[in-house]
Amino acid sequence: MSAEAPPAPTANPPALLELDKVRTFYGRIEAVKGLSITVNEGEIVTLIGANGAGKSTTLRSIQGLTKPKAGTIRFAGKEIQNAPPHQIVQMGIAHSPEGRRLFPRMSVRENLEMGAFNRSDREGIEQDTEHVYSLFPRLSERRGQQAGTLSGGEQQMCSIGRALMSRPKLLLLDEPSMGLAPILVDKIFEIIQEINREGTTILLVEQNALIALGIASRGYVLETGRVTLSDRAEALATNDEVRKAYLGIS
Amino acid sequence: MIDKLPIPRWARRAIIPIIIVPLVVLYPEYYTSLGTSQLIPTLSTAVTMTVFVCMAVGLNMVVGYAGLLDLGYVAFYAIGSYVAGWFASTQFASHSIVFGAVGVQSHAIGIHISIWLLLPVAAAMAAAAGVVIGLPTLRLRGDYLALVTLGFGEIIPQVVRNGDNMFGTGFNLTNGVAGITPIDPMGFRYLHGILPFLPDNFLLTPNLDVWFYRVGLLLVAITVFCSIRLRDSRLGRAWVALREDEIAAAAMGVPLMQVKTWAYASGAFFGGAAGCFYGVYQGGAIPDNFKLYISTLLLAMVILGGMGNVWGVCLGAAVLSYLNQQGLGAIGNTINSNFGTNIEITKYEAGLFGLLIVLMMLFRPQGLIPSSRRKAEFDVVKEEHEAAGVVVG
Repeated sequence: MSAEAPPAPTANPPALLELDKVRTFYGRIEAVKGLSITVNEGEIVTLIGANGAGKSTTLRSIQGLTKPKAGTIRFAGKEIQNAPPHQIVQMGIAHSPEGRRLFPRMSVRENLEMGAFNRSDREGIEQDTEHVYSLFPRLSERRGQQAGTLSGGEQQMCSIGRALMSRPKLLLLDEPSMGLAPILVDKIFEIIQEINREGTTILLVEQNALIALGIASRGYVLETGRVTLSDRAEALATNDEVRKAYLGIS
Repeated sequence: MIDKLPIPRWARRAIIPIIIVPLVVLYPEYYTSLGTSQLIPTLSTAVTMTVFVCMAVGLNMVVGYAGLLDLGYVAFYAIGSYVAGWFASTQFASHSIVFGAVGVQSHAIGIHISIWLLLPVAAAMAAAAGVVIGLPTLRLRGDYLALVTLGFGEIIPQVVRNGDNMFGTGFNLTNGVAGITPIDPMGFRYLHGILPFLPDNFLLTPNLDVWFYRVGLLLVAITVFCSIRLRDSRLGRAWVALREDEIAAAAMGVPLMQVKTWAYASGAFFGGAAGCFYGVYQGGAIPDNFKLYISTLLLAMVILGGMGNVWGVCLGAAVLSYLNQQGLGAIGNTINSNFGTNIEITKYEAGLFGLLIVLMMLFRPQGLIPSSRRKAEFDVVKEEHEAAGVVVG
């Protein structure tokens, strides 16, 4: 093995997000069993794994929607595992949750405004709204339309756009490819890369491992609440086990 | 239909208020000329209607805006009434405090504070009670939340019923089943000197209902104004987000706990003020007035009028409180005298209101004047049904 393929992150650059032995329960069911992951500033990191591996729960734990029972979550140097979700949003973490979860009876514009709920700088919000419209021109066309009446792809765009409205340092994306036509998936993932190039760090949860590893710099493979593999994305994409289990290539 | 007329939008929006507001405000001046039918609301009924409109608009903030079911709203009405009872009567006879009260000797026993000051106090105390009920229920949703509020609405009347001997200490807080009566009257004690047309004491005017009606309308105006301002505020948007999708709202950084607590507090605030006013109007705070029936009636007003829409809720509250107070009895009497029957229609009151709600749910579930968002909600459902119908057909 060459020395230039370190699977684990080094101390440099500083980790933006660090999960250390996080355990999260739904009632008595342990969904995340001592998970440790790191996301460095400027990266796209992906969590891949089958249904029920604990990917979404990990994101929910980071955002404070489901409090972990044990372990620490450090964001920009601060422990946030006990902070309420609205503080976590203010610190700079935004979440495009599983199933998009738009406010169906609000217009596209109102949904975006809700994304900026904790901001009061009108001009900045206006700029960011325009920026979201430039990333997703379709949303601009439909700004007055009720979010519940959008197509699946448009809803996904609106959900990502809404998350961007809080000007996050870290963007949590949960299954952005779910239920979308392949051509739309490609489009959305291009935009995710663009958002990353603009300086937003991204933690991406995906079942579609192939496309996720295609844009990520590093990846973690989750199985029943544990990390079973972690490596650079290209290495995971060529890993035999991953190929068999998640890429459907034997 | 009105949509098709070539009238500019602003005019259309203005027409209804321009007609309705004078009709409502000037009601005491012309109602006697409407004839002697007992179906014409008396002024006393009109005062009660203003009280229920305030309470229904308050309840609408909790139920219509934030989507939190509250089956115990009567508790806030009770608290408001008892604040009037405590601080404007001879209840606490060991004290002698008189501050701006009307119709009371300067050295009278008991606490006598001006009702004008008690209205905001009652509202604030009800809001505090709203927080108390809100806090333990914050983690609950849907049916569980409804059950807790239902319990709260039952607990408060029980407490006041048994409050004549608090914890066996002999301290008489609420005077038990007898209630606290009489409560001091209202009046413009100080303004009367400057503006003589404002009466010193409502009870000494030729028709005391006229001035109570005017004050009632003032309360309605304040409540409606605040309700609309709140709806359009940041808090109001958070309520809508909460109603639409609680998880998504949390993910957007809406502090759920605070927002829910504020919903209960704001709703309770206006219930407390209305309760205080009604207590003064009735001249007493009596435990038997605070029944579960009031809570369900208020909820029916909100549903009938159109959940979330202030104007709809005002209409629903006016209609139902009229029927409850006078209309049903009058209709019954009219039927009996015209057809020689002998039905006591008021006995079937609860059943009739229940039937009304069922019919509304069947034929106009969005209410008489739905809010635009709620209307959209029902339209989507309708479209889905129609789409399903096409597939089946």
